[in-house]
Amino acid sequence: MSDHIVWIVLFPLLGGVACSLFGNFSKKICYPLAVGSMIASVWSSVHTLFQVIESPLHQVSYIQGGWTLDLFPRGVGIEFRADLLGALITLVVTGVGLIVVLYSKVPVQRQTPGKEPLYYTLFLLQITGLAGITLTGDAFNLYVLIEVAALTGYGLIALGSNRAAAATFNYIILGTIGASLYLLGVGYLYLKTGTLNMVGILEVIEANNLHDSPAMQVAFVLVLLGVLIKMAFFPFHAWLPKAYCHAPTTTSCLLAPLVTKVMIYVMIRMILSVFGVEFSFESTWWAEVMPWLVVVAIICAAVMALAQREIKSMLTYLIVAEVGYMVGGVWIYNYYGLVGSIFHVISDACMTLCLFLGAGIILEKCRTTHFDGLRGLFAKMPLTMIGFFIGGFSIIGLPPTCGFFSKWYLITGGMVSERWEYMVTLMFSTMVMVILFFRLIERIHLAVDESGKNLGKGHGDLGLTDEQTRFDEAPLSMLIPLLIAASIVIIVGVYNQEVVNLIELFLEDHNLPTGVTYK
Amino acid sequence: MSEPVIIEDIRPLVALLAPWAGLLGIIWAGEKRPNLREMFTFIAASVQAAVVVSLVPVVLSGAIIEFHIWQIFSYVPMLLRVDGSGLLFACVASILWIATTLYAVGYMRGLHEHAQTRFYAFFALSLSATMGVAFSANLLTIYFFYEMLSVSTFPLVTHMQDKEARTGGRTYLGYLLFTSLCLLLPALSWCYVWLDGGHLTMDFIEDVGKVGHFSETTQIVLLFLFTFGFAKAGLMPAHSWLPGAMVAPTPVSALLHAVAVVKVGVFCVYRVYADVFGSDVLANMGGEEWTMVVASATILISSLIALSQDNLKRRLAFSTIGQLGYVVLGAAIATDRGQGGAVLHIAMHACGKITLFFCAGAIFVATGKKYVSELRGLGRKMPLTMGAFMIGALSVIGLPPLGGFISKWYLALGALDRDAVWVVVVLLISSLLNVFYLLPVAVTAFFRTSETEKDPSFKEAPWPCVVPLILTALGCFFLFFWSDILLQLIGLQP
Amino acid sequence: MTEDGSIFFQLLVERLNYFIYIVLLMIGLWAMIAKNNLIKKLIGMSIFQTAIILFYVSTAVKEDATIPIYLPEHDPHGTELNSESNQSGGMIHAPQVLEASLVSGYTNPLPHVLMLTAIVVGVATLGLALSVCLRIYRAYGTIEEDDLLLELEKEDGRKAGGFRKKRPRRMPSRGGKSKDKVRKGTDEKSKSGQVQTRRRKSGPSKPTSTKSNSNSDTQGGEKKPKSRRRKPSPRKPREDKS
Repeated sequence: MSDHIVWIVLFPLLGGVACSLFGNFSKKICYPLAVGSMIASVWSSVHTLFQVIESPLHQVSYIQGGWTLDLFPRGVGIEFRADLLGALITLVVTGVGLIVVLYSKVPVQRQTPGKEPLYYTLFLLQITGLAGITLTGDAFNLYVLIEVAALTGYGLIALGSNRAAAATFNYIILGTIGASLYLLGVGYLYLKTGTLNMVGILEVIEANNLHDSPAMQVAFVLVLLGVLIKMAFFPFHAWLPKAYCHAPTTTSCLLAPLVTKVMIYVMIRMILSVFGVEFSFESTWWAEVMPWLVVVAIICAAVMALAQREIKSMLTYLIVAEVGYMVGGVWIYNYYGLVGSIFHVISDACMTLCLFLGAGIILEKCRTTHFDGLRGLFAKMPLTMIGFFIGGFSIIGLPPTCGFFSKWYLITGGMVSERWEYMVTLMFSTMVMVILFFRLIERIHLAVDESGKNLGKGHGDLGLTDEQTRFDEAPLSMLIPLLIAASIVIIVGVYNQEVVNLIELFLEDHNLPTGVTYK
Repeated sequence: MSEPVIIEDIRPLVALLAPWAGLLGIIWAGEKRPNLREMFTFIAASVQAAVVVSLVPVVLSGAIIEFHIWQIFSYVPMLLRVDGSGLLFACVASILWIATTLYAVGYMRGLHEHAQTRFYAFFALSLSATMGVAFSANLLTIYFFYEMLSVSTFPLVTHMQDKEARTGGRTYLGYLLFTSLCLLLPALSWCYVWLDGGHLTMDFIEDVGKVGHFSETTQIVLLFLFTFGFAKAGLMPAHSWLPGAMVAPTPVSALLHAVAVVKVGVFCVYRVYADVFGSDVLANMGGEEWTMVVASATILISSLIALSQDNLKRRLAFSTIGQLGYVVLGAAIATDRGQGGAVLHIAMHACGKITLFFCAGAIFVATGKKYVSELRGLGRKMPLTMGAFMIGALSVIGLPPLGGFISKWYLALGALDRDAVWVVVVLLISSLLNVFYLLPVAVTAFFRTSETEKDPSFKEAPWPCVVPLILTALGCFFLFFWSDILLQLIGLQP
Repeated sequence: MTEDGSIFFQLLVERLNYFIYIVLLMIGLWAMIAKNNLIKKLIGMSIFQTAIILFYVSTAVKEDATIPIYLPEHDPHGTELNSESNQSGGMIHAPQVLEASLVSGYTNPLPHVLMLTAIVVGVATLGLALSVCLRIYRAYGTIEEDDLLLELEKEDGRKAGGFRKKRPRRMPSRGGKSKDKVRKGTDEKSKSGQVQTRRRKSGPSKPTSTKSNSNSDTQGGEKKPKSRRRKPSPRKPREDKS
């Protein structure tokens, strides 16, 4: 079993097939099967991460079909390649998948009863797609896996209510445009370089100095545009709020933390490992313009989040804002910015997971996530609220949660590359997020309604019946994953240095300006 | 001066964690066993105070105690360090926590307040954060505990959960979080990024004066950002959160806004001035005079506003803003005696102001009165309370033999050390204004009879409210007579 | 204008195929955005993907090259053996690496292979999208985008206005159709929503109830096709206790 890297993808794939086969006989077998394959997949990703850390070049490679590098040239077989970045993100993907699958028992039964085999099959195939994206080393294989993840995602969302189906259609159209643009870009890449293997493409670009070739520029634009659409970068974000808001609980818990972050990983991979730093940042004008687009993106997303009156839709706009942070971190063209961006991918996955798990529990117990229905939740579900607000404080950036550290690195990157617009936007959006979460705390904690009128009889009476304020926590299968996610948010924050060390190891090979001099 | 000996000791961490242990006990005891719950708070407070006081002899003998908790970044540790000024602050906060808990028991039970478990729980957390600030060894650690304090005091400020609480809470958090995220965090990260190739710890002992490497303009901008970034210090115009936070119950106002929260703010400002910039850099910098001007303006304007306030708690709030200005002024004076006076004033003012707040709360519990104009003749019915008020007022005004005199004396001496006579004038004028807005309260209570209300049913507040305020009033005396120990602690006297 | 090297010549003669693919891409994109009917959007999506497929396949073409299937003389599984690499006699089943001069006689098979995958992906997407379309039709009775948006707005309005009120329980005896349109004393929006002014583009097929809708709390229910009588509500709305 030394090829753990392949088993990361194979366990969910086989689990999904098994789910759809055996699920027809017994619906109850789907949940244990899904949990089992996810545990195995996490185990393989941990193994792979350690393999990568211990290997001399910090990478693990596996070529499908036995077309090993000693006998055949690179690019004949499809390569699965995990370097430090890929291994870290894969661990995040599979870890989040495990937590969500543990959580999914009650919501799936309640929201899609009788369809468990279908649901879990799609779930496991989605993990296959996402983990494959983070592991593959072949540009076309990346397209296929992007589409696998996308299609299963469409299915997972459309399994919900009718409203979700209507939103899925929009998502299908936009997602297909994005993936097809990526495919077109890969076509240009293949035309010019003759290989689809990512390492091979970079070698050909460097060897023949293709930096000024118009075809490569077009390829770059198309690839990036496609990925930007899929990661819901403003203004291509229109599919995300409705799709994730109306999706079934487990689906939004799975997709929200992962899909956009994996696409950002794809963008980083394309920039660093396929096109190369010199090409991406210096030969094109993107590095000057993108930070301004990022500024617009973050501000618009933050303001739209302010306008929402429901937790889930507010959280979806927060995802769009966080995507803006990460894209900005990459395009300020700076070592610290990239460290911050990659760390933010990891920490944002954890904190978004935490928030969506909490929102799902609130939906489950209170039947709504509208602000008006949330009073008294601190008494009713204290543990859930603690977990949810740890995620919230992480988004705001209060120490010692991981959000503070990723903001710290991003601010450092902005300062060092003298991108004041990015820094000011970070500050502004942090304030907006403070308002968002403390407004939520106010609505839950205070006996005041939105217009400022007092409710209840004073002295802390919230105007609720005893039944509504009785301690009534979420079922354990939902609560424990939430608390695990909250503790991961804090642990990643406390041990941020370990993670950042790995990221810095990864970035050493790439020539990025650091810009810090002793003053 | 010889190099201080550095000792590794876990006692600072124990002082930090004692409230967390108390927190667990408080939550476990809950609403059903209030006496047990209060006992846990007392135990935690006593343990914390005992540990902190036990550190005094060690520091007096010239040693410094350190404890390393966690490596935040590879070059910045979360380090606890006990030195003279930090220990003084910690002693004040932890001893007064015991008094405030006793007072809070009387107050909350007297008014049959709701959600007392939540109250005591977040109180404990706030005290833990205060200890953290007092014992921080570098800028990032102090920032962590500063933010923790902002968040943990929010449920205390919004305790009443009505629309005044909402407004007060919004003002409170708005000011504090806005300044710390938009002013303080950029300044902080600027120092960490650009100094020493990005590998500086910004330690308060080792890295004093390193900011001198920046250009003049950058230094002045940083000074500005730090001064207003620590909005808990209440410098105008970032002071409005303090009167707004008076919607909280009086024990909260008493401890947090007269001792813990605002003192954390001015202590942080003192640390930045004394141990990040350092006296030399401050003296060489062109524009730090403006800090003194801002602080003096704060003192005078807030005293004038306090004159016009009829609500007793608001009057005391504006008085606090003025007294905080003293500390910032002392820190900005940048002489040894000035900065020593600033730290001393933290202690003296804490004792005096908490007495005043306790009295205001006791009056409210016993009679329901909130306004100064209603207090006529109360002195006859509540002699202990108003007597303590008189003592506290005299301490704040700065008359011997009460503690407030010592700190104002050293502030004046420090100002004269750098020939800033106008500062001494400001001190005198503001003391006069203090007389005008504090003494009439006591005078009205004692020497005027109330024409309309000869209600004999007013009597002293319940004993858990009265005992603490007597103790803190006596504390004002003790601080005067024990001032040499305090001076030794902060190094103004060998 | 039509000389060698001018823009016109380059665009329309030398690179005519690429020009056509771009035109097809734009047609597809336009259809996806501008067309009102959902099926027409999907047709546009198909055109979009087809253009990309054509682009790839065209890159494989070489002058004087045949399709990438082994000619009999190069066939590794055939009876004509390459005697130098055959040591044990009999058929060789290993992949054969042909020399460069032979290779140039075949078009590049790789893009064909890639596009087989892409076609499959396109088919799967199309199938999924069509089933979603069907679901939308069953739920909202329309597949025109503007009507659909109207329906969604009405649904949102009902949800927002009626959020605080308890939702009436579904009566199974009435064939499982959701009752949550019938509500007393709600605001203007939902009242107007109940008046049946909805246009139906196609036949009178009733939207069937999706099963187990009681689980969804923030979702809308389906609509009954005919105008309903407005019940003045002797029946108290009960809390949804599923």
